[in-house]
Amino acid sequence: MSIPHLLVHDRRDNVGVVVVEGVAKGDDLFVVVTEDNSDFTITTKHDIPIGHKVALTDFSEGDTVIKYGVDIGRIVQDTTKGEHVHTHNLKTKRW
Amino acid sequence: MTNGTFFGYRRQNNRVGVRNYVAILPVDDISNAACEAVANNIQGTIALPHAYGRLQFGADLELHFRTLIGTGANPNVAACVVIGIEPGWTQKIVDGIAKTGKPVVGFSIEQHGDIETIATASRQAKEFVHMTSGLQREECGISDLWVAAKCGESDTTTGLASCPAVGNMYDKWIPKGLYGCFGETTEITGAEHICAARAASPEIAEKFMKTWQAYQDEVVEPFKTSDLSDSQPTKGNILGGLTTIEEKALGNLEKIGKEVSYIDVLEPAEAPASGPGLYFMDTSSAAAECNTLQAAAGYVVHCFPTGQGNIIGHPIMPVIKITGNPRTVRTMSEHVDVDVSGVVRREMTIPEAGDALMEMILQTANGRLTAAEALGHKEFVMTKLYRSA
Repeated sequence: MSIPHLLVHDRRDNVGVVVVEGVAKGDDLFVVVTEDNSDFTITTKHDIPIGHKVALTDFSEGDTVIKYGVDIGRIVQDTTKGEHVHTHNLKTKRW
Repeated sequence: MTNGTFFGYRRQNNRVGVRNYVAILPVDDISNAACEAVANNIQGTIALPHAYGRLQFGADLELHFRTLIGTGANPNVAACVVIGIEPGWTQKIVDGIAKTGKPVVGFSIEQHGDIETIATASRQAKEFVHMTSGLQREECGISDLWVAAKCGESDTTTGLASCPAVGNMYDKWIPKGLYGCFGETTEITGAEHICAARAASPEIAEKFMKTWQAYQDEVVEPFKTSDLSDSQPTKGNILGGLTTIEEKALGNLEKIGKEVSYIDVLEPAEAPASGPGLYFMDTSSAAAECNTLQAAAGYVVHCFPTGQGNIIGHPIMPVIKITGNPRTVRTMSEHVDVDVSGVVRREMTIPEAGDALMEMILQTANGRLTAAEALGHKEFVMTKLYRSA
C-alpha cells in the first residue's frame, strides 16, 4: 500500500488528519481509513500542516464534527470539503 | 519478542526497582540547599528539590506528605536521607518511608545550621552509597513491574500511533500481572462517558465520575474564562492540529487500550492496593505534576507518548518517550526512545508498535538510560491543592 497522506480513524468520521509534511493547496491526497484499510482520494483547498484536519464533507454552521466515530465539537462557520478544520471553524461543546 | 523478564532490584518489601538511587529528600523548600549540597558532596546520590512544604494544611498537607513519603518509598530508591527545617515533619516523612524497610535517616536544620547538617547528612549519605551501590539485580517477571502512563504535547498523531502503542502494551501485560496507571482528570473531558464505561464495575465507574465531576465543579467552573482553550488544549496541542478538548480526550484515552478495565480510582499519589491491574489516578494533566504523583504511588517506569515533543523526565522514575509524529522524529530525535511513526505511514501495525514499546520497557527496566535520563531531565513537581495558610 502507498503511504497515506491523510488518515481517518473511523468510517463515520467527517474529518481526517494530515500525516505527511508539505501538503499544499490543490494536492490530491491519498486517504486511508485505519478501521478497515479502505481508501479514497480528496483534493485540499488549503496548505495544511502535518497533524491538522481536513473536512471530508461540506459543513454548515452548527454541524457536529465526528472523529474516532465520536462528537468532538461543533462547526462555527460554513466549511467545504477539502478545507482546513481547526480552531477557526471548530469549537468545543464543553467549557 | 523478549521472554518478558528483566533484571531489577528486589527491595525489603518485595517491590522491585529498576534504578538504585540514594535520594536526598527535602521536607520543605528551604531545605533544598542543604540537600543539593549533600548530593554535591557524595557521588551516587540524587537531591530532589521542590517548591513547597511550609504552612500547608488539611488535604493539601496530606498530599504533600503522601508525595514525599511515596517518592522516598519508591523501589527505585535504595536508601533515603531526609532533611527538613524542623524535626517534627522530618520525622513523619522518615517514619513513612521506613515502613518499606529501606534504610532512611532524617536530619533537621534548626539548632544546627546548614553547614553542620550538611556535614552530618553527607556522612550518612556516604554510608548509604556504600551499603547500596553493590546491590545486585535479579531476574523478575512482568508481575513485578509497575508502569504508569501519561501523554504530553499531544497532537493528532498521539491518538493515531503513540497512545495506542501504550494501550496495546497494557492490553498484553495487564493480564500477566502488570500494575498500570493513567490519570489526567481534566483531559478525560469529552470522553468521560467512554472512560466510565471502561471501569471494572458500576461502583468504580461511579467513583470515576465523582472524581471527574469534582474537578469540573471545583476547578473548571470557578476559574474558567470563556473556555479553557488557552490551556486545554495547550498552545502546543493546537499547533499540532488538535482543536477541542473532546478530540484531545479521545486521543488520550487510547492509552488504556481496547480490552483492560481499570480496577480502582486512586487519590493523587495514592499507592494502588487492589492487586495487579490498571488504575485511574486523579491528577493534573500537567506532565511533571502527574508523573511526580505516579512515581509517589510506587510506579517505577513511565511511558510518555508525545506528538509535538514534550521533553520531560523524572529524577527517580525513567520516562520512556514514544512518538508517532514523523516531524518530531526528524527534528527532536534525541528525545525519542520509541519511534512509532511507521504507524502513520501504515508500515507498522499498532500491535507491532506495542511490541516495540514493551521491548523498550524491558531494556529500560534492565538499566538502559532513557533519552530524558541521558539528557538530565529531573522534573519533580509537587501538586498543590490550594493556597498555604
